[in-house]
Amino acid sequence: MKYQQFSTIQLDALKEIGNIGAGNAATTMSRLIRNKVDMEVPSIEIVAFDDVMEMVGGPEQLIVGILFQIHGKAPGMVYLLFTLEEAEALVRQMTNNNEISFTDQDELAVSALQEAGNILAGSYLTALSDFTNINMQPSVPHLSVDMAGAILTVGLLQVSEVYDFAIIINTKIIDTEESNQGINGQLLLLPSPESFTKIFQALGIQDHE
Amino acid sequence: MSSQTQEWSIVKVGIADLNVVTAPDMIRTSGLGSCVGVVIYNIQREIAGMAHIMLPDSSLGKQESLNQYKYADTAIDILVDKLCSRGLRKSQLKAKLAGGAQMFQINTSNDIMRIGKRNIEAVLTKLEEHNIPVESSDVGGSYGRTIEFNPKTGKLKIRTITKGEHVI
Repeated sequence: MKYQQFSTIQLDALKEIGNIGAGNAATTMSRLIRNKVDMEVPSIEIVAFDDVMEMVGGPEQLIVGILFQIHGKAPGMVYLLFTLEEAEALVRQMTNNNEISFTDQDELAVSALQEAGNILAGSYLTALSDFTNINMQPSVPHLSVDMAGAILTVGLLQVSEVYDFAIIINTKIIDTEESNQGINGQLLLLPSPESFTKIFQALGIQDHE
Repeated sequence: MSSQTQEWSIVKVGIADLNVVTAPDMIRTSGLGSCVGVVIYNIQREIAGMAHIMLPDSSLGKQESLNQYKYADTAIDILVDKLCSRGLRKSQLKAKLAGGAQMFQINTSNDIMRIGKRNIEAVLTKLEEHNIPVESSDVGGSYGRTIEFNPKTGKLKIRTITKGEHVI
């Protein structure tokens, strides 16, 4: 299956998957930080590898990335991406400690952020599983604070054996409380190449032109 | 405006991409993780080619139309050809490389997660096949690298977030 051959209905279904997953994740995030959290309408990005990095500010951009492998019938990867400031704001809110500063050397900060990642990725994938009726389980979180290029390439390796571009379901989560320092985040879903067929089959739209 | 405009540029190499420059131009690739950046150069002629290699072996490719710049074996062949087509002999070429990190410690049976190490090995094997000596390298670890090569000096500048900047 080639990406170019995805039909409008299939692309819309992928967008809806992102919508449902992120909606659930945003609700969970609201509870986590005890503030209203909103999300942007997800976008389906069919992009060359270099452009994947541009989605988050270029290959050299310092980002906080939490990677989850998706285990189950439709494997893939989920990334939760934050800027250092966003990660710090989230950790401060979670721990009720405004002194804390986020570095990857600070065990408390790292484990708080990983736990937030667990909860968010968990609720995202639960919604996806329920919608598609395909079992999807997140792995343990893998956290890295480094260049976007180095962090995101990991998620592109599998698809790069087959294609020269990736299909990414991209959702931004936005903290709507003005008083907050802005706990935004970005959720990227990268299904493995073979997972698209399974998702479309599960939704009964595998043959749509 | 000054008439003395900048007369050199930095040529960027993307992911699964390669290019060749001559001094005073420089060549750079950004955000190497498990990918390997390999520079093949000749300092007398002030010429250098750089490839940003993503996967070790083109025979692993499941693609109909192979992107030859993506794999260590095919990209290095092309880079050597490009340099030789400019009148250089293989025996005049040297190499430097950086990258091949493992960004996440993921326990899996899937080999693709240990791709950094395999990329390094594939690049070294291919360079040896061409009898191109490796002058220096900065590989492995678990951090990203941006590299910039100056074909005039033969120096490869490596920038990282956590380990600072150094030259090999």
